[in-house]
Amino acid sequence: MEHRSAGAGPGGSAAEPFVRIEGITKRFGATVAVNRIDLDIQRSELFCLLGGSGSGKSTLLRMLAGFEQPSEGRILIDGQDMTGVPAYERPVNMMFQSYALFPHMSVSDNVAYGLRRGGVARAEIRKRVADMLDMVKMGDYAQRKPHQLSGGQRQRVALARALVRQPKLLLLDEPLGALDKKLREETQFELMKIQSQLGTTFIVVTHDQDEAMTLASRMGVMQDGRLVQVGGPRDLYEFPVNRFVARFIGAVNLFEAVLIEDEPGHARLRCAETGGVFYVSHGVSGTPGQTMHLALRPEKINLTRDKPDGEENVAPGVIDEIAYLGNLSVYQVRLDTGRLIHVTLPNLDRHEGEAFEIGNRVFCSWGPASAVVLPA
Amino acid sequence: MSVQQRLNASPAPARRRKSWRLGRHSVIALPYGWLLLFFILPFAFVLKISLAEADMAIPPYTALVEWLDETTLTIQLTFSKYQLLLEDRLYLSAYLNSLKIAAISTVFCLLIGFPIALFIVSRPPHARFFWLAMVMLPFWTSMLLRVYAWIGILQSNGLLNTFLMDVGIINQPLVLLHTDLAVYLGIVYSYLPFMVLPLYAALEKLDPALLEASADLGARPSVSFFTVTLPLAVPGIVAGCLLVFVPAVGEFVIPALLGAPDTLMIGRVLWDEFFANRDWPMASAVAIVMLIVLVAPVMLVRARETATRDEA
Repeated sequence: MEHRSAGAGPGGSAAEPFVRIEGITKRFGATVAVNRIDLDIQRSELFCLLGGSGSGKSTLLRMLAGFEQPSEGRILIDGQDMTGVPAYERPVNMMFQSYALFPHMSVSDNVAYGLRRGGVARAEIRKRVADMLDMVKMGDYAQRKPHQLSGGQRQRVALARALVRQPKLLLLDEPLGALDKKLREETQFELMKIQSQLGTTFIVVTHDQDEAMTLASRMGVMQDGRLVQVGGPRDLYEFPVNRFVARFIGAVNLFEAVLIEDEPGHARLRCAETGGVFYVSHGVSGTPGQTMHLALRPEKINLTRDKPDGEENVAPGVIDEIAYLGNLSVYQVRLDTGRLIHVTLPNLDRHEGEAFEIGNRVFCSWGPASAVVLPA
Repeated sequence: MSVQQRLNASPAPARRRKSWRLGRHSVIALPYGWLLLFFILPFAFVLKISLAEADMAIPPYTALVEWLDETTLTIQLTFSKYQLLLEDRLYLSAYLNSLKIAAISTVFCLLIGFPIALFIVSRPPHARFFWLAMVMLPFWTSMLLRVYAWIGILQSNGLLNTFLMDVGIINQPLVLLHTDLAVYLGIVYSYLPFMVLPLYAALEKLDPALLEASADLGARPSVSFFTVTLPLAVPGIVAGCLLVFVPAVGEFVIPALLGAPDTLMIGRVLWDEFFANRDWPMASAVAIVMLIVLVAPVMLVRARETATRDEA
């Protein structure tokens, strides 16, 4: 998958960030919904805010739109301080999770609503509405009312309505949440196409990690009101900063292990859960004897019937359960220590011939660059 | 019995369909039966009386259908009462005045009721019940009592005048009671809950995200109100206005107690014809015309509603 590489990272590029979030905190009574968040987003970036419900991602988005005022900190959009600027004066448009289409207006009136507020000439409005509806392939439905449209059509109208004012920044709150799986996948790519076509900066809020991975050039993971990690999809998947991120993005096997050797080029950890030693090809800057966590993705583990060479990065066990998913199979392996781990293998062969079966004795093994050591 | 036989003769599926249709018809028949019993029949009685002449008898009007002798049946219909209604300026001005007072009261109810309904909807859900109860509570005491209370407030040595004189705003008591103003006050006060409740119901259904969407698209709060809130509250506005306007036109108690002796409203004319003049046919004619004046606009609104729904 190709990802646009706009914005090298927070503070990484010399250019002024397009959106700057400085020390934003939002309290509702005693609860802290958003806790001291700093974040820079570059122009034309498609940034995803990923988090579970109650993580504060929607509150952060609503503060960008101007529906909520931050308790502390400030937001700059294109260098302009947004403190005290009401929603109707911000160079920002939002696509709502419920779409929030005006039920008493036709599709074209819905899309024209924002232009009519902006003192655009009638002929110009008509042209821009028609162009926008064509872009989202809703030109034939201009006179329909929202309740006469399907979920996917409403989603397109909502997108057209949010984009027609040519905002500098488009906020999308769970834009694909109400669509079924197949439609969602199609729409993801359409969204990306539109975004790169218009060059508008998108901030997308989602709880769906697949959606975030597909859409985002960069993403931020939120947990309990804090921004835990920001980075590209690959950074977050391969180098999670803690167990929460590792678990939230993709499937993972997590182990507790004790550091026994820490050198600049490698480290060794003894793990009671696998009954063996992990050899990782990077230093971990810890003190020997310290307890650490290891994350090992299921697809990075190999299964063999014969014991592989070497005593490290291997764990014997018995196949407990197999889930056949078509393109790959998920194996649950019960290690000799009693611990269950997940392993996924691609189904390369169409025949069952050599396939593993439940009850087979196997060896799980992985390479020195497969496991990630997590400090927390 | 013949129906039963036919049912037995027909094949089983058809029978089921037929008996189902019978059940469906009886369900529909229920409201129609209600309407017939409590609206059409009384209406027919009143219509019949309105076409008779007043008479010193019991009942105090001439019979419509009468056997003159063994063989001759006479039907006496007179439209003289309706003719009088058209000719005598009193009735026309009473109708017009009633419509005017009802219309102005309805407008004020809407202007006062809309902010109240908006306020209640803006409260957190658990607090809304409290505010709705505050609107409804006066309603649980007798209307007569509440109108009498207004007399106590408005009369020349009443609460309001005493207060204004004590504060020193006025030197002499204002004439408030037995004026048109008092009638408006009484009607607006009495019928306000009928306006607030349907408005509340309509506004409560309004998705707050719609107002956020309009703000997001550059609409100031006032523009959002006129382009989103108001159009979506139209069903509530129509329902509330009808609920206030229709009974206000025929209102009798409020103008009788708070109004001037010359405050001409059709409810009072009706009362006078029935009880002072004992002219039942005239009173009936007044009632029939009032019904037509009131029902016609309601039917128009309903027809329009159905048309737009079908269109949608």
